[in-house]
Amino acid sequence: MIATDTDARPRSTFVHDTLVVFRRAMRLSLRNPVWTVMGLAQPVLYLALFGPLLEPLKVQLGVGNAYQFFVPGLLVQLGMFGAMFVGFGLIAEWRDGVIESERVTPAPRSALVLGRVLRDVVVIAVQGTVLCVVGFAFGLRAPFVGIVLGVLTAAMLGAAFASASYAVALTVKSEDALAPLLNGIALPLLLLSGILLPIVSPAWLKDLSDLNPLKHVVDGIRAEFLGDLSTATSLWGYGLTIALVVVGIWFGTRTFRRENG
Amino acid sequence: MIHARGLARTFRTRRGDVDAVRGVDLDVRRGEIVGFLGPNGAGKTTTLRMLTTLLEPTRGEATVAGLDLRRDPAGVRRRIGYVAQSGSTSGNARAGEEVVDHALLYGEDRAVATARGKELFEQLDLDGLWDRTCASLSGGQRRRLDIAMGLVHVPRLVFLDEPTTGLDPQARANLWEHVRALRDARGSTVFLTTHYLDEADALCDRILVIDHGTIVAEGSPDELKRQVSGDAIVLTVSHHADLPRAEAAAGALPGATLAGTEDRTVVVRVPAGATLLAGLLRSLDADGIALDAVELRRPTLDDVFLTLTGRSLRDGETPPTPTGAPA
Ligand SMILES: Nc1ncnc2c1ncn2[C@@H]1O[C@H](COP(=O)(O)OP(=O)(O)OP(=O)(O)O)[C@@H](O)[C@H]1O
Ligand SMILES: [Mg+2]
Repeated sequence: MIATDTDARPRSTFVHDTLVVFRRAMRLSLRNPVWTVMGLAQPVLYLALFGPLLEPLKVQLGVGNAYQFFVPGLLVQLGMFGAMFVGFGLIAEWRDGVIESERVTPAPRSALVLGRVLRDVVVIAVQGTVLCVVGFAFGLRAPFVGIVLGVLTAAMLGAAFASASYAVALTVKSEDALAPLLNGIALPLLLLSGILLPIVSPAWLKDLSDLNPLKHVVDGIRAEFLGDLSTATSLWGYGLTIALVVVGIWFGTRTFRRENG
Repeated sequence: MIHARGLARTFRTRRGDVDAVRGVDLDVRRGEIVGFLGPNGAGKTTTLRMLTTLLEPTRGEATVAGLDLRRDPAGVRRRIGYVAQSGSTSGNARAGEEVVDHALLYGEDRAVATARGKELFEQLDLDGLWDRTCASLSGGQRRRLDIAMGLVHVPRLVFLDEPTTGLDPQARANLWEHVRALRDARGSTVFLTTHYLDEADALCDRILVIDHGTIVAEGSPDELKRQVSGDAIVLTVSHHADLPRAEAAAGALPGATLAGTEDRTVVVRVPAGATLLAGLLRSLDADGIALDAVELRRPTLDDVFLTLTGRSLRDGETPPTPTGAPA
């Protein structure tokens, strides 16, 4: 083996390297599935404990069964919370020197973050599917296409939040700084999203929640669960989800591209 | 292989700016093993991180492996290997998988990467650890795993940041062999940092000494030693009464400086002591001065370092006492 001067690199780098990073991340997640299972336990518990409380309200909520209202909210919560805290894992990897050792390879910087995001998307899609199956057991009835779109939306939210979480983690590089920052963002977003209960009054609270894109994303999935795939509500949902993905991934890749990120 | 001019890096911190590297010029030729020697905080790692594209220089420029550092960082990355000071593997991951994944990011074929990884594991005494999680390895084993990571894609230029820290003497000697083989068998160029003088001495063709972010000396280990301190001749006379005459004879050697006397012992420093020793012994013998012991001490890099920086490497942590400062 003589070190050569040729730089021949046969494989297309972006897709290939993203998949290398993805497979490595997925392998580590599968080998230690505690977090994946815990992440799923939370929405399932909500489903079991909170769902029955909503059942008597189904007429006010304008749905045939309470789970048509409730599961979309849990999907959004899953997409958001399942992805928001992935930055902690990245800080641990950074501390082990893994990020620096990947950054010294010729792999595109975007592949380093997107490979990890892809892992998070797959995990959330599986969790979302399980959540819907459990919901079905509890009594969820909704059009199949609507459910598929709902799980897809959760996965895409996952991409947006995971990417942003990695970006913030790589910027602050400390769990102590990351935890309050994420909670500070997550809590108001969650409370103002109408994920668990519709926000109808007081008026100022409703106006405030209208500014929260997640609220419209939840409303979109709810419409899809009722079979409306192309009304304004669901279209807003698709549009805002895509916008969040674009912003999140832009933020993530930009941070990984910075020289001392 | 490496040409750097005026490379500098200033870190902005809350407590003000830190000039970690203040204008480093360096040239490394193909096939050289160059040692970068300096105490803690001298700027070794910062320089390496700039040369490996991990950190953008505040000032200065460099070509690394034939490519411009600023204009083509991705090209530079393709041609180099880097072993960081502080590790490169995830505790939860398995050792072999980390090495193979790393090679895949260089565009290597999986089968080739696996074969090379296993070969390196054998050469670095990591046999049987391929499927172990990195967290379960001993400190020295994990260090050698870092080295395998940095070499698995057969780079033509390798940067090793304190590769032997935490290795036992046998593993260190083994790594030296490996580094020499990289050059001899593959024609690779190696740029490594170390605190160990014996290591730089034994392994490197050339040494750069850095302190406070600037290069303070450069040369082959022998050149450096000759340049700065010369050899020490230590004479122990049998009778105390003979001491002044022995002192006079030794002090009369060309270029000699008296480094100290004590009881029955005289120490003089002379350039190229080995060539003068025989003559000195003959003249002492002719004078009837009996000796108990004679020692010719070659200067160590520690002497060099002490002379150049006012600090010994062994107590590299202690800041130099500014001259004229109140004690
Ligand atoms: N990211 C950073 N932010 C601020 N200061 C830094 C940073 N990295 C290094 N420094 C400072 O720059 C100086 C040089 O550090 P560097 O790591 O290059 O030293 P070194 O020669 O590698 O030392 P050691 O032998 O301890 O590894 C030190 O004073 C260090 O505190
Ligand atoms: Mg260092």
